[in-house]
Amino acid sequence: MNTLKNFSKGLIKENPVLVLVLGTCPTLATSTSVSSALGMGAAATVVLLCSNIVISALRKIIPDKVRIPCYIVLIAGFVTMVQMLVKAFAPALDESLGIYLPLIVVNCIILGRAEMFANKNKVFDSAIDALGMGAGFTLALTMMATIREIFGNGTFLGIEIPVLAENHISILTMAPGGFFVFGCLMALVTRLSKKKPKKEEFGCAGCPSAGLCHKAQCGEEAEK
Amino acid sequence: MTRFIIILLSAVFINNYVLSRFLGICPFLGVSKKLNQATGMSIAVIFVMLISTAVTYPIQKCLLDPNNLEYLQTIVFILVIAALVQLVEIILKRYMPALHKALGVYLPLITTNCAVLGVTILNIDEGYTFAESMVNSLGSGLGFFLAMVMFSGVRSKLEGADIPKAFQGLPITLVAASITSLSFLGFGGIIENLFA
Repeated sequence: MNTLKNFSKGLIKENPVLVLVLGTCPTLATSTSVSSALGMGAAATVVLLCSNIVISALRKIIPDKVRIPCYIVLIAGFVTMVQMLVKAFAPALDESLGIYLPLIVVNCIILGRAEMFANKNKVFDSAIDALGMGAGFTLALTMMATIREIFGNGTFLGIEIPVLAENHISILTMAPGGFFVFGCLMALVTRLSKKKPKKEEFGCAGCPSAGLCHKAQCGEEAEK
Repeated sequence: MTRFIIILLSAVFINNYVLSRFLGICPFLGVSKKLNQATGMSIAVIFVMLISTAVTYPIQKCLLDPNNLEYLQTIVFILVIAALVQLVEIILKRYMPALHKALGVYLPLITTNCAVLGVTILNIDEGYTFAESMVNSLGSGLGFFLAMVMFSGVRSKLEGADIPKAFQGLPITLVAASITSLSFLGFGGIIENLFA
């Protein structure tokens, strides 16, 4: 597979946040300031990279039936490692991310990539895919955080911006602003890519990985 | 007693899981289209939050803390929740088929819901006692229920609306969620003054 194409698809065409709509919770919660958005992006990328490499390397060993629990244990292990590293070397970031750091475990992007890509592809390709997806996640987060921090707080990376600092729209840094900016960005992406709006079915039941996800299938069977 | 009421009310209104802490957004956007689905999902969430708190809190206090294994929190909690959900599903299927039929579809989807893992970790982080943790979980679940039911009402009004093309689908849903969460901002500071 073309390595460059493999990397760049995560940035725009299959952007995990704005196009695939995965990982909405951390996106909304940690995009109040650019520094915490970058921190969240970096932490998620590291976990994604490690889990994709290991899952891809073990793809022939892990039995198919118990793969989801195996993935969750692997991901939780890496999240714990990242959590300890951040606590030790960047206590300020740990403070600002708070509960959302351990919650990387349930970030659908990571489990989704493991299920959709890493268990079918070679180690190198999976690593590149993880880097691309991680970069796409960080890009979307930073874009949202830039808008919210500049207009909501009048600062950028903590540096005050002359006129905006006196006239900031503080609602943008609060919860409603997060939903609003996210909605507008998504509308912008739809407009620019000029494709038909996707169906709004998603969430766990309509999540892109639901078809592959063992748990969602259990739910469907239970329904029958 | 006052403390329990404060914890309960602030979990429902001020620190609403969906609308101000951004946990459990996926089911909030995915399952809130119809009122009955929204209700079923929220009841399943309340149920799972309560039992997972009842199980993870003793694990943290009796197993992890005395043995200096706090760093295993994330791994242990997610595994316990996943196993617990499966177990509850099996038990319900066997002994309470009616309840299983109502909640069964939503139970497996809840394992990867960040609100459940979030509430168990937050209970430990906030230093609540066991009773306070249970009250907090109940409040968080009720807050989720309230947000889901309110939002499904908002969404049913959106169906017939004339929406600009680029905003159709998810973007307009998010903007509507923004306005719904705006209404919850008004509760800030009320609870403390209620008992002052």
